[in-house]
Amino acid sequence: MANYLSGGFRSYLYRDLLLAVRDRSDLSKPLMFFLLVAIMVPLAIAPEASKLATIAPGLIWILALLATLLSIERLFSEDYADGSLEQLLINPNMLIMPILGKVTAHWLVIGLPLTILSPVIAIWFSLPTAAMIPMILSLALGTAVLSLIGAVGAALTLPRQGGVLLALLVMPLYMPVLIFGSATIQSAVDGLNWLSPLAMLAALLAVAIVLCPLAISAGLRIAKNG
Amino acid sequence: MPTAFFAVFWHNVFPYFQGLESPLTTHIFLKVENLAFERNDTVLFQPIDFELNAGVALQLEGVNGSGKTTLFQLMTGIFQPSSGQISYCGQSIDNCRYEYLYDVLYIGHQSAVKAALTVEENLRWMSPENTSYEKISAALDAVGLGEYQKIRCANLSAGQKRRVALARLMTSQATLWFLDEPLTSLDKQGVEMVEQCMSQHLKQGGAIVFSSHQDLAQVKTRSYGLEPYVEVA
Repeated sequence: MANYLSGGFRSYLYRDLLLAVRDRSDLSKPLMFFLLVAIMVPLAIAPEASKLATIAPGLIWILALLATLLSIERLFSEDYADGSLEQLLINPNMLIMPILGKVTAHWLVIGLPLTILSPVIAIWFSLPTAAMIPMILSLALGTAVLSLIGAVGAALTLPRQGGVLLALLVMPLYMPVLIFGSATIQSAVDGLNWLSPLAMLAALLAVAIVLCPLAISAGLRIAKNG
Repeated sequence: MPTAFFAVFWHNVFPYFQGLESPLTTHIFLKVENLAFERNDTVLFQPIDFELNAGVALQLEGVNGSGKTTLFQLMTGIFQPSSGQISYCGQSIDNCRYEYLYDVLYIGHQSAVKAALTVEENLRWMSPENTSYEKISAALDAVGLGEYQKIRCANLSAGQKRRVALARLMTSQATLWFLDEPLTSLDKQGVEMVEQCMSQHLKQGGAIVFSSHQDLAQVKTRSYGLEPYVEVA
C-alpha cells in the first residue's frame, strides 16, 4: 500500500532513458532537425546580424516546438505494440507516477538537449548575450510543458501513431507556451522585464504537471478500450 | 448425530482456533458471473460463468477469435464488460482494484519484452520494484537463460523471448496467474518447465487461468470452453 502513489516513477524513468540511449537514432532525429533548420535559415534568408537577431526569438521557439512534436508521437505507440502498455494499465498503483516517469524521460532526452544546444544557435543567429540566460531558462521550462501536453495528444491518438491528427490536437494547446516562450527572449532582447513571461511559463508547467498525467491516464485507458 | 456434530466442529469451528480457513467457507478467489462483452456492435462470446478456488488451474478453450485474450483483458480490468460481474474474494473488482491487481500476474499474448534491453533489465522492470539481484538471476537460471543475462533481447529467438517473459512467474508474488498462451514457441523442455512452475504455484495455494491449445501433462486442469455468441430467439 505504501507505494500506491510513488510506485513506478523510477523504474519507468530508468527504463525509458535506457531505451533512448540504446536506440540513438530516435534520440538524434529531433535534435538534428533542430540544428539543420537553424543552420539553413541564415543561408536562405539574409546573413545579416540585425535581421537574424529580430527573427531569432520566435524561430528558436518554433524549432523547439516542432522538434518536440516530432518525437512525442512515439512515446506510447511502441509500448502499445509490444504489450508493455497493458502491463502499465494493470499496475495496481496509480498510473500517474509511471506516466510522469515516462514524460520526464522524454524531456531529459529531447527538451534538455535542445536547451543545452540552444546557445550555439543563439550565437549563430547573433542573439544579444543578454538574452542568453532568459532563453535557456524559458526553453528548460517550456519544453517540459511541451512534453506533457504532447503526451496527452499521443495518448489520445494512440492506436494509430499520431501524425497529422496529433499535430492538430496539440498545436492549439502549444500556443500559450510558444507565445510566452518567445516573449521571454524578446523582452530580454528589448531590455524589458523578462521575468514575468518566464513566470507565466513556470505557472503553465505547474498546471501541466498536475493536470496532464490525469488526462494521459484517461486517454490511455480509452485507447486500450477501443 | 454425534459424528455429524463432530464433523461440523472439526471442519468449521476447530480451524478458526488455529487461524485456518474452514474448508466449507473457503473463499472463492475469483468469480465470473454472466460476463458479456460487446465490441463494434458484435457480441463476442456466450455469457461466461465460472468460479476459481485456490489450487485450481482453469484452461480456457475456444477456437481462434473466440475471445480468450479479450476475456483476459476483461479480467485484468483493461476492458470494461458490457454486462456481468467479476468478483475477487467476494467483492467486485471495481471496488478493490488495488488489492486485486496487486494479487494478479498477467502475461499477455504480447509479452512486453523490449528488444533493446538486456534479458536481465527486461526481467527487472517487469518484476516487483525491489526484487533482489539474486532472485532475478535465479529466475533466469531456472528458465535456462542464466548465461544470456547481458544479451539484448533483440538477439534472442522467439522461444527465448517467451522464456524471458515467463521468468516473471518466479519473481512475482501474485497468487492469481493469468497466462495467455504461455506455451507458444516454447520447446519441450520449456513446456515442462512452465508446467513445473504452475504445479508448484498450485501447491502453494495459488490459482491459474490460462489459455492453450495443447493439454498439459503434469498439471491437473479444469477446462472452460468459450462458445461463440448465439442470439436467443
